Amino acid sequence: MKKRILITLAAILVICLLLAFLQTLVIPKYADDKTKEGSLVSEYYAEAGGHDVLFVGDCEIYESFVPAVLWEKYGISSYVRGSPQQLVWQSYYLLEEMLEYETPNAVVFNVFSLKYGEPQSEPYNRMTLDGMRWSSSKIDAINASMTDEESFIEYVFPILRFHSRITQLTSQDFKYAFGSPKVSHSGYLMQTGVDPQTDFSKGRTELDYEISDNAWKYLDMMRALCEENGIELILVKAPTNTMKYWWHDEYEEQISEYAEENRLSYYNFIPLAGEIGIDWSTDTYDKGAHLNVYGAEKLTEYFGRILSEDFGIEDRRTDASLSEAWDVRLESYYKERNG
Amino acid sequence: MLFTSYEFLAFLAIVLALYYILPKKTQWAVLLAASYAFYALSGIEYLAFIAVTTITSFAAARLMGRVSDGEKRYLEGRGEELSKEEKKAYKAKKKKRRFLILCLALALNFGILAVLKYTAFAVVNVNSLLHTFGAETTLTVPSLILPLGISFYTFQTMGYLIDVYWAKAEAQKNIFKLALFTSFFPQLIQGPISRFSDLAPQLFGEHKFERKNVTYGLQRILWGYFKKLVIADRVLIAVNAAAESPENFGGVYVFLLIILYSVQIYADFTGGIDITIGIAEAMGIRLAENFNRPFSSRSTKEYWNRWHITMGSWFNDYVFNPVSVCRPMLAISKKSRKWFGKKVGKRIPVYLATVITWFLTGLWHGAGWNFIVWGLLNALVIIVSQELEPLYSRFRKRFPRLCASWGYGAFASIRTFLLMGLIRSLDVYRNVPLTFKMWGSIFTKFNLPELLSGGISALGLGLADYIIIVCGCIIMFAVSSLGKERSVRDRLYNRPVLSWCLCGALFVAVILFGAYSVGYDASQFIYNQF
Repeated sequence: MKKRILITLAAILVICLLLAFLQTLVIPKYADDKTKEGSLVSEYYAEAGGHDVLFVGDCEIYESFVPAVLWEKYGISSYVRGSPQQLVWQSYYLLEEMLEYETPNAVVFNVFSLKYGEPQSEPYNRMTLDGMRWSSSKIDAINASMTDEESFIEYVFPILRFHSRITQLTSQDFKYAFGSPKVSHSGYLMQTGVDPQTDFSKGRTELDYEISDNAWKYLDMMRALCEENGIELILVKAPTNTMKYWWHDEYEEQISEYAEENRLSYYNFIPLAGEIGIDWSTDTYDKGAHLNVYGAEKLTEYFGRILSEDFGIEDRRTDASLSEAWDVRLESYYKERNG
Repeated sequence: MLFTSYEFLAFLAIVLALYYILPKKTQWAVLLAASYAFYALSGIEYLAFIAVTTITSFAAARLMGRVSDGEKRYLEGRGEELSKEEKKAYKAKKKKRRFLILCLALALNFGILAVLKYTAFAVVNVNSLLHTFGAETTLTVPSLILPLGISFYTFQTMGYLIDVYWAKAEAQKNIFKLALFTSFFPQLIQGPISRFSDLAPQLFGEHKFERKNVTYGLQRILWGYFKKLVIADRVLIAVNAAAESPENFGGVYVFLLIILYSVQIYADFTGGIDITIGIAEAMGIRLAENFNRPFSSRSTKEYWNRWHITMGSWFNDYVFNPVSVCRPMLAISKKSRKWFGKKVGKRIPVYLATVITWFLTGLWHGAGWNFIVWGLLNALVIIVSQELEPLYSRFRKRFPRLCASWGYGAFASIRTFLLMGLIRSLDVYRNVPLTFKMWGSIFTKFNLPELLSGGISALGLGLADYIIIVCGCIIMFAVSSLGKERSVRDRLYNRPVLSWCLCGALFVAVILFGAYSVGYDASQFIYNQF
């Protein structure tokens, strides 16, 4: 009997270890150029703490604001916790989680995702949520984000979701089984390509321009969370505006009204693109949908001035240990930027 | 709640824990509560239907029991005072009364099944007829709900009622226990169709925790999931692709489809039954086996003795046999003997009963002409086989060594497999003329090179999928062959290391190669819809 129990326990252990190993193999590594964004959320933990400004939001945030430039020009230590199609509740829970590690002076939220009031896409959910460490914030984020086809247990045991990749494994899956390469610069995902915007036509009419109660609810929660922690919440809209991702006037009116009512600062950079110096023939890598590094640097420099002058975010370049850490990050940033 | 859902696994774990933790005398109540919870989770509106079946069956059985008891008491008390004729007349009167009660209960319950399952089909056909005769009226096709497992629980419960009428079973005195027999959750949605005398004592009895039962049960459940998730649901992708675009997949693809669908339905249905029987086994309850290596059958008759056994025996006991000996059939028998001679005449009522039974079997499977034609074609094959039996017999006598050889056996099995697969493909296309057209294309457009030159990947499966399917089929075949003499689980029971290695490998295979989660359509078991 004793022998049987020992065999059973040993067998269960071996099966669990085998499944754990297989899980590391089948989980997407997000290491190739097409899916690098999936690594963004998890990279935060290596740099957690000591930031003056935290950015949250969708692709517009991690393609528009460059922490390296903020440090280099203004001595502002910042981190961008963005991810593809990051929905407002995901931004909220990511922020909630980050506040466990640090308390910044300001939080910058890109408002484009407010147009979505319901869970949207399973692959984007995974890109945002899989990178989070387990915490009550992650659990709440999963529950708020799941589409009908998803199951919570598949977040707990990702092998249940990604098992079908077993027949599509590449050398990368083995190479990065126990850790993927770093893809961002403090959350900023660099794009050095140039693909000019030539089409400036207005976006299609949408069925409904009303920002949903659910989206407002999480924005309220984000505002309350910042208030509780004495953090300035700043709303922004990146300067990009294409037919596919059009920022309609109706959204703009609602956000402006909300910001005014709640005495929040809101910067819509679309009309300010010219003032910022963005040239749509050189500063975008995908026909105007997102900024490339040249456009992002211009925007960051412009916004950095606002942060330091209007919000009084201090220059911390005199902080030796912080400077040391940022020197390393800057080196890495320019290494990639300049090829 | 699908057997393949995470929710079901959690539900099962809770039920099993409660079943063994709570006092043994409450085990049947745990099962009843679990069964109704399972049913309610599948659709709370369905509960009313199963409750009606339970209540009417309980009342009918009790009434029949009361009539029988009264008859017994009366005959015991006044037996000696009555003449033989008076006793006979009294018994006939009471039998008639029981028969009336039975008929009312059967009419009500089969009526519910018929209305819910066949009304839309009937209306569509009436509309077609009306249009054929130039009428402009179109009746509205009703959209009625079809409670989960209604065909299975109705047949199982009506079997019980007929058994009570035949005095093969006693009327259950506790309505909640009858409710459990009607709704026992593992078998509720796809059988096997159990008999009251087999299942009831086990359901209502007390079962202590036995490692062997639980181990065997869990192993069988795992085996069922392997068949369903690794094989059936993967093959489903190709079957759906071929069925949805018949214009693109004629000729050789139809032949391939016949094989693939046979594999799919076998892995799906036997997998589901394995899970069902495994769950019951883990609770110390033995359900009737529903399959006995059907693809090794050498004839259609043998095939139907090995495939969906409990349904076959239900139709045999409650339809074929009663129809064969009912008064009108006896009259037909008499007349056919007179008109066609003894030799031919005696076969006519049997064949008539066969056609009726298979017509009903087809109808039971679904409300569609494809199911009816499927049933009738089965009847036709069985009758033709029977008619050709003297020829086969002479062939066997003339070539005894050939017929006893392995090769001939394999030929006969493959022939039966393909024939049954061909008829089964009616279920894939769900359109009788289209199915016949596709059968024709096998002979007119059999373009094997097209399939081999990459056409096979157009069915939505890659090389890895086909490798998994082939390996899965080899494993199924090996397990089936090994289990011929002694079950694989028996062979493994005293070899725990080997047992764990194999079960572990199977578990990992299910997790890794199962066609589940996002990217795959969560599919119901095929027989759930019947």
